[in-house]
Amino acid sequence: MTHPASTFASAVQDGDELAVLHELFATFPSRAEYLLPLLHQVQARVGFVSHAATRAIAAHFNLSRAEVHGVVTFYHDFRDAPVGDTVVQLCMAEACRAVGCVDLEAHLAARRGAPLGEVIPKQRWHAEATYCLGNCALGPSLRIGETVYGRVTPERLDALLATHLGANTPGANAPSADTRNGGSAS
Amino acid sequence: MSAASVWRVHVPSDTAAASVGADEVAEAVARWTASHSGSGLALHRNGSRGAAWLEPLLEIDTPKGRLGFAQLSSADVPALLDQLSVELGRSDTPGLAHARCIGLVDEHPWFRMQQRLMFARAGRIDPLSIDEYRDTGGLAGLQRALQFDQSGIVQEVIDSGLRGRGGAAFPTGIKWRTVQQAAAASKYVVCNADEGDSGTFADRLLMEADPFRLIEGMVIAGLAVGAQQGYVYLRSEYPRTIRTFDAALQAARNAGLLGPRVLDSPHAFDIELRVGAGAYICGEETALLESLEGRRGQVRSKPPLPAIAGLFGCPTIINNVLTLAAVPDVLAQGAAHYAGFGVDRSRGTMPFQLAGNVAQGGLVELPFGITLRELIETFAGGTRSGRALRAVQVGGPLGAYLPSSQWDTPLGYEHFAGIGAMLGHGGIVLFDDTVNLGAMAQFAMEFCAIESCGKCTPCRIGSTRGVEVIQKLRRGENLRANWDLLGELCETMEFGSLCAMGGLTPLPVRSIMTHFTADLLAPSPADSRADAVASPDLVAEEVA
Repeated sequence: MTHPASTFASAVQDGDELAVLHELFATFPSRAEYLLPLLHQVQARVGFVSHAATRAIAAHFNLSRAEVHGVVTFYHDFRDAPVGDTVVQLCMAEACRAVGCVDLEAHLAARRGAPLGEVIPKQRWHAEATYCLGNCALGPSLRIGETVYGRVTPERLDALLATHLGANTPGANAPSADTRNGGSAS
Repeated sequence: MSAASVWRVHVPSDTAAASVGADEVAEAVARWTASHSGSGLALHRNGSRGAAWLEPLLEIDTPKGRLGFAQLSSADVPALLDQLSVELGRSDTPGLAHARCIGLVDEHPWFRMQQRLMFARAGRIDPLSIDEYRDTGGLAGLQRALQFDQSGIVQEVIDSGLRGRGGAAFPTGIKWRTVQQAAAASKYVVCNADEGDSGTFADRLLMEADPFRLIEGMVIAGLAVGAQQGYVYLRSEYPRTIRTFDAALQAARNAGLLGPRVLDSPHAFDIELRVGAGAYICGEETALLESLEGRRGQVRSKPPLPAIAGLFGCPTIINNVLTLAAVPDVLAQGAAHYAGFGVDRSRGTMPFQLAGNVAQGGLVELPFGITLRELIETFAGGTRSGRALRAVQVGGPLGAYLPSSQWDTPLGYEHFAGIGAMLGHGGIVLFDDTVNLGAMAQFAMEFCAIESCGKCTPCRIGSTRGVEVIQKLRRGENLRANWDLLGELCETMEFGSLCAMGGLTPLPVRSIMTHFTADLLAPSPADSRADAVASPDLVAEEVA
């Protein structure tokens, strides 16, 4: 049996929630075991799982809205509101703590002007903690989109943000020169 | 050089190697070979050998074996390949004088001192080439399994002494026998690839370097119990692993390793890849089954065991990646060969993972029985920071923090249980003398609060209370009362939780209470950072 998601060829534009949902409903069997694979697709293509989507998905699987909402809110990967196009995840687990990810967390929060995990409305990018990217001998580790980076220093973090977000980046709250110098000195 | 000889230039495609620039190195190699047609050099992507500290590790075939060039950057590539292409015809070991050359990789001490069974092939082959897999001994275990009946396969696994490598160390063959003997129309084989423990990356490495080994192990498991469908539950934090393993499944189907007639036998078996969604608890086997069925990853009560009523209520083998990946060797070499490695009731080899503040981090596969100190002194090369090593956490976020007085413990399941610790999935995280273990104890509780599935009160509420109590201790508030409260809380979590998440979160906390007391009682006092300051007397004095 082939995983439906791996053979999935899209005919509709990502982001058009209703069209994406209808396409997915035609692809995934309506058995509840396909709820997570479907939610991953919705998340990847729309960016979040809206309340309207929850209602439609519940109907497709013959589940209650509460059950689908329960699943969406249980798993860290699924979001019920948009957070921005680019998600930056900093590993905050033990092996990365042993090599200074707590300092990087402060640096990243300063670049964003908000603590990790806090959603900044209309921000283009989001930053949050994750717990283990499986790169524990080469920490601190960072994930941007589908790519994992190792041995991340504040300088490398700044360079990666510039690469992924564009030159004149980090977001609404441009960091002061002090922040940058403070980060690189630590 | 004759046009016929092609010298392969191997660049790992693995997550860790890529995290420090392996893809850029590979692109540089491809650019160089494209502009030097007739050079005799060709890019070959292998998996990683697991020496993360040497990555990106470029290897080149020579008549004497593979020569390695470590910690290479893409900028180093053109000059290196220029040099290699000139020396190739003239020398058996071209490039030996290069600054980044580490000599013949197989003879490098860091590899030579290991005893690799499960990871013997990792880094040597293209992970997606089933021909290279077969040429290096792959499928021999399955071929032999096809000559046995179900009980015969199960007996081999029992006799090998193989125990679950995910952390619980349950005898694998006994679990298989239970599933084999259960009468049911459908049975399943589920691979737990939700490797969430910090400090562990062996599952990921294996699935990216030698994925057919896992597939072969699952097929053998299916034969052993009469299951026709397998699932791999792989965590979403491993995007590259998802791509590699998905491609490996497709290649296995194309080669007839999976499908309605496995290797032209009458047996059917296929595997579906399912991706997790960022919940640590789904590494717990019953939560994983819930998740596979499309629900919140909440732990189930046992009994019934998954072996009796697992996925969709059917008898289910659920094993960790490394457990299933050990099976092809057990079948190919025979149970006695595998059982010949190890110590006491810990048989075979274990892939230990050196992580955290470590100079020479990566995967070290050895028979059980070496002491933690020997392992660290032989392979770790000290801390990456160059400072003194202070504490070692073994077994992931639910494992104990060990002071140097405990490092002479042999790495075996019972030996670690005997000192109030656990081997878990073999993750070994090093911390230098700047660590504040009071902060790590607090984090252990914070992590439990974030990742608790919420089913049991001791875990759901206890973890949050644990954070609060540890914060008070670290602020110096009401030490005696809060110290006792923390001890009681740990006991409640240990005995009142359904699964290992709530039941074992106290393990790291208690180890810090016992061995690093001063860190908990004051905010990082520089003068208290000596090992083994712990004693009830000290607490009594401080709180008197």
